[in-house]
Amino acid sequence: MRRRKRGPLTPDGAPSDASQRDAHSSSAEQIPATDERVLLDDAGIRRSLMRIAHEVIERAERPERLYLVAIPNGGVPLARRLAANLREIADLEVPVGVLDTTLYRDDLLTTGERPALRRTEMPSAVDDHVVILVDDVVKTGRTIRAAMDALMDFGRPLAVQVVGLADRGHRELPIKLDYVGKNVPTHPDEEVSLRVVGSGEDASLLGAGEESELRLVVLSRGAPVGGEVGG
Amino acid sequence: MSQPSLLGIEDLEPGEILRILDAAEHMVEIGHRTVKKVPTLRGRTIVNLFFEASTRTRASFEIAGKRLSADVVNFSPSSSSLKKSESILDTARTLDAMDPDVVVVRHAVAGVPKRVADVLSAPVINAGDGAHEHPTQALLDCFTVRQQKGRIDGLTVTIVGDILHSRVARSNIYAFQKLGAEVRIAAPPPMIPPHVEQMGVKAFTSLREALDGADVVMALRIQNERLAGAYFPSAREYSATYGIDRAKLGYAKDDVIVMHPGPVNRGVELSHDLADHRPSVILDQVRNGVALRMAVLYLYAGRRRVDESPETRDR
Repeated sequence: MRRRKRGPLTPDGAPSDASQRDAHSSSAEQIPATDERVLLDDAGIRRSLMRIAHEVIERAERPERLYLVAIPNGGVPLARRLAANLREIADLEVPVGVLDTTLYRDDLLTTGERPALRRTEMPSAVDDHVVILVDDVVKTGRTIRAAMDALMDFGRPLAVQVVGLADRGHRELPIKLDYVGKNVPTHPDEEVSLRVVGSGEDASLLGAGEESELRLVVLSRGAPVGGEVGG
Repeated sequence: MSQPSLLGIEDLEPGEILRILDAAEHMVEIGHRTVKKVPTLRGRTIVNLFFEASTRTRASFEIAGKRLSADVVNFSPSSSSLKKSESILDTARTLDAMDPDVVVVRHAVAGVPKRVADVLSAPVINAGDGAHEHPTQALLDCFTVRQQKGRIDGLTVTIVGDILHSRVARSNIYAFQKLGAEVRIAAPPPMIPPHVEQMGVKAFTSLREALDGADVVMALRIQNERLAGAYFPSAREYSATYGIDRAKLGYAKDDVIVMHPGPVNRGVELSHDLADHRPSVILDQVRNGVALRMAVLYLYAGRRRVDESPETRDR
């Protein structure tokens, strides 16, 4: 694993790390992150999602019972693209839900500040459907565990499968992905995330349309990122 | 949240208020599910410590806690055995020894939740103290206004009634001002607190002037029995001058909404039809109260004092 060096120094000579982190969390204006490495560009993401759509169809015994459920924020644009692919290759209208896992996290009350909640929107019942959870990056498996628990509060799916655009390994729970975009061996302290090109805000993933350019990037910081819970 | 306890809106930053409202936005969805429960506070204990009678607020906190999977214990010591402030604190210490994760306190005397918070290691949520504050009511009122109007900034909010004795009014004045609304109050002169302008509100004795161009009208409960004669001649006279009906609403904006913290004295603060029908949003307020209190419990429960070591916190 090649680790990039720190970014350039700010005018006063201090490392620019803090300003970069701000750029990704709050500022709409993107400051180029020099230690950001692209793992998958938009074309690569589109190819992966098309292949995964074919695999989903191949495995589906009853394609009319499929139900995509995105884990926000990263899973949302990916699930939308998967649904479009399924429409294109199999003429299928697959419902797309959004399921926030925050209130089901296992580390909520052990950390100081509570994380912000995100939208949950399940358009129809999951009973008797094969639910495919869609997330951008899967690492420890804890988010998938939380998502499965949340899902069960919405009914009894026939089966649950998982799509991960990036599988980082470092599993802490016995969770296996059914469909993987790309295996990305990374250091546990690095941050891998999906971004909308031209926007530093994570929430912009929610509004990303068909024409938006997505990018899977790895940020080398060499230190654990505060508040980040491994996917 | 910069403070471990929620004692009043006065202590909150505008950003903290918005954080609570945003969390409540997502809690609303849980109320629409078949299984109206999430495991967030599983194994945690919420104590409702209500020294003053309350059905609505207590039930709202209880449902909110249960929807988050917490164990909720209601504790309502009779007021007769608790005349002295020492025994209030003794009660609090006893409760603390049972290791609750959050304590919700209501008391007829201003400042009691603060004193309880000072001796407890658990965070305290003020559910109404005397004429001081009732922060969760103001937060759910802000939430309801934002839901109905899409914003709070730039709106004109007119609060009508017994401002002097009202913790709801005080909390709402702070909350709406912090979120950028203009707050007016209208009341008979004895019910307008002295120096209220220092809070940044405009005080009116003419309801018509106070309603002119208002986006939100909030009527407060009049405590008939206690106040008639001293603060206003009679309920009928109060109603004629300060009671809200459809004719008086004509002075406000066309899309005005009418709010009331409940319970309504029908025909006194609000005309009979307004108590039940649009543009009143009283039942929305009640419904939103549960989601808002879920948000408050989510953001505050289990947060210990910073001076406590992690070892004792994670027993």
